Amino acid sequence: MSDTSAGLLQVGLLVLLLAAAYRPLGGYLARVYTSDRDTRVERTTYKLLGVDARADQTWAVYARSVLAFSAVGLILLYLLQRLQSYLPLSLGLPNVEPSLAFNTAASFVANTNWQSYSPEATMGHLVQFAGLAVQNFVSAAVGMSVAIALVRGFARSRTERLGNFWVDLTRTVLRVLLPLAIVGGLVLVATGVVQNLSGPHEITTITGQTQSIPGGPVASQEVIKELGTNGGGFYNANSAHPFENPNGLSNLVEIFLILLIPVCLTRTFGLMVKDKRQGYAILGVMTTLWAAFTAAATGFEVSGAGTATRAAGAAMEGKETRFGEWASALFASSTTGTSTGAVNSAHDSFTALGGGTALFHMMLGEVSPGGVGSGLYGLLVLAVLAVFVAGLMVGRTPEYLGKKITAREMKLVALYILATPSLVLAGAAVAMSSAGARAAIFNTGSPHGFAEVLYAFTSAANNNGSAFGGLSANTTFYNVVLGVVMLLGRFVPMVLVLALAGSVARQQPVPVTSGTLPTHKALFVGLLVGVVLIVTGLTYFPVLTLGPLAEGL
Amino acid sequence: MMTPGRSPFGQVGVALRAMIAATILLGVLYPLAMTGAAQVLFRGNANGSMVRVAGHEVGSDLIGQTYTRDTGQKDAEGNAMMAPDPRWFQSRPSAVDYDAMGSAASQYGPNNPELLKLVEQRRAEVAKLEGVDPAQVPPDAVTASGSGLDPHISPAYAAIQVRRIARERGLSVDEVQRLVERNTTGRTLGFLGQPTVNVVTLNRDLAEAN
Repeated sequence: MSDTSAGLLQVGLLVLLLAAAYRPLGGYLARVYTSDRDTRVERTTYKLLGVDARADQTWAVYARSVLAFSAVGLILLYLLQRLQSYLPLSLGLPNVEPSLAFNTAASFVANTNWQSYSPEATMGHLVQFAGLAVQNFVSAAVGMSVAIALVRGFARSRTERLGNFWVDLTRTVLRVLLPLAIVGGLVLVATGVVQNLSGPHEITTITGQTQSIPGGPVASQEVIKELGTNGGGFYNANSAHPFENPNGLSNLVEIFLILLIPVCLTRTFGLMVKDKRQGYAILGVMTTLWAAFTAAATGFEVSGAGTATRAAGAAMEGKETRFGEWASALFASSTTGTSTGAVNSAHDSFTALGGGTALFHMMLGEVSPGGVGSGLYGLLVLAVLAVFVAGLMVGRTPEYLGKKITAREMKLVALYILATPSLVLAGAAVAMSSAGARAAIFNTGSPHGFAEVLYAFTSAANNNGSAFGGLSANTTFYNVVLGVVMLLGRFVPMVLVLALAGSVARQQPVPVTSGTLPTHKALFVGLLVGVVLIVTGLTYFPVLTLGPLAEGL
Repeated sequence: MMTPGRSPFGQVGVALRAMIAATILLGVLYPLAMTGAAQVLFRGNANGSMVRVAGHEVGSDLIGQTYTRDTGQKDAEGNAMMAPDPRWFQSRPSAVDYDAMGSAASQYGPNNPELLKLVEQRRAEVAKLEGVDPAQVPPDAVTASGSGLDPHISPAYAAIQVRRIARERGLSVDEVQRLVERNTTGRTLGFLGQPTVNVVTLNRDLAEAN
């Protein structure tokens, strides 16, 4: 079978699997977030936490809960790394130094999983599974909770109440993430992913050389890394490492896990606003963008452009034999469109335009289909912008899902849209103007070097976590600045989303009239795709010309 | 008791208790239970799919190795200079020399002049070692993988190594060919990923053959 037909079949199977999961999981998630019954375990949990599960919160209290929970998580994860050498299962590794420990804590709490360290040489098993993997679960649950709060804002009317964060968090973990992780993790072990608690053990090869084989509870972490759109690898090579991703099947399972929740949440959204077509429209936008970027990334990688790439005969530098161009490009597009940041190949070695596609995909703001929760709320914010733009064209007060989009909503939307690009552009500019920060560039003397820095800030601000790995980012400057960028890139938009949710929840819905723009039809899907591309395209076009476009064209 | 939510402190207390509960459940019980289940259900996989010769572990069939020998010469820094051992199938180039404790890619950009030089040099070396036309050397033979630990090569790269192995080991080309076929895996389910030849298990079979 040719690479092309195998590659297309692979995409086809992925789409089929997602389609099969869409109704059951989307419906299940809707029931999880609307049910007024608690399980016994949940009741015990609420008693332990000291929360009244029936007490719905205002947007401000919801936001404070999110921030308090994340701040506590940040501090605990920082301390765990700083004290690693005194704790069991550290594999003899020293305490993590302060700027790196801050960067890593911020990164995992912000659902980014940017890693400026090499895990094999830095993190013992305890930090990995009791620290990093815990945040893989809970930071994902935070994102999903905030998305659901926004959906409730649209679904409810004349109320201040958006639900209870602690209930949403608990249910997301216990009813959604944990069961899916147990099943998915065992599937991964069945494909060959390792799962043990051993340290590295030395063997003698048949040629008499020695090799140390690492161990670790990898599958249990790998599954939530993908399912929660986190992306932090157990090993430095991430999902390119054969122990994390041993074959074509595990690769497809991992891509499926990455896309599963972001895709199915659109169904949940449709059910909760009592109009499934609204969910289909949002899914339509996500799918259109994902398909376009996947096609582009695949095309560029298969083309194999670049002087060194041409000399090699194919874009196989940084790619595994078992994946090749197609499975690597599909993974790259899915991971950059979802704020996951796991990689099964080295994006730095992609063709200029293939790597540029991954970069631009993140710049869309992670909405195709985006991170768990963050993809849905990100696209709903852009949908509000799209109805506003449409409203301007016809001179009518815009509305979305029966809620009027007034000056207050638009201010929040505008701030949301400005937040991430400001962090990316300001961060990259600061780094490029500092000789010390420029020294971290690996592919020097070409637009590719600038792309390494731009990629780092884009990845951090959009909470993706993948990298043009040539950049030596484990310096105090990058650790601190990128750490702050990740936190701001995560929590500023979240607070704005919750404020928007509070604002629309208070409103009395306006009746649908002949003048209402239908937001479930192809016209709106097209409009929203256009808004996403134009808003981000105009913002980032100048920097893209300095990096991948200058190199690739 | 202060109602949680009314004061920021209330939320912090809840947050702390929630993080502790999450750490116990997700950070301790979950990975331990998964490890237990994996060890019972898929013992070989869970422990790294180790490859044995006469009961001794000689590697993992998922982690590539180098098959080199000491040339007896020293480089400028006094390190022993290694060269491909012609008696074994050769793995792909690796950015970390198959050090499994430091998986990594080269991170060379597609137009990096150093990568271009490396690729040309590798092409010439492989062509010379195998006695083939440089144009016959496939891409995976001149590029380093994403993990630096790729245990596989393409069937094309295995094919150009068969004659050398047969000659060096006094085996017939057909015998070597059969071993290559035995260690070749098609795409999973017929269309997932790429066809591969596992160098670790192929060389193990070679060691057992003579």
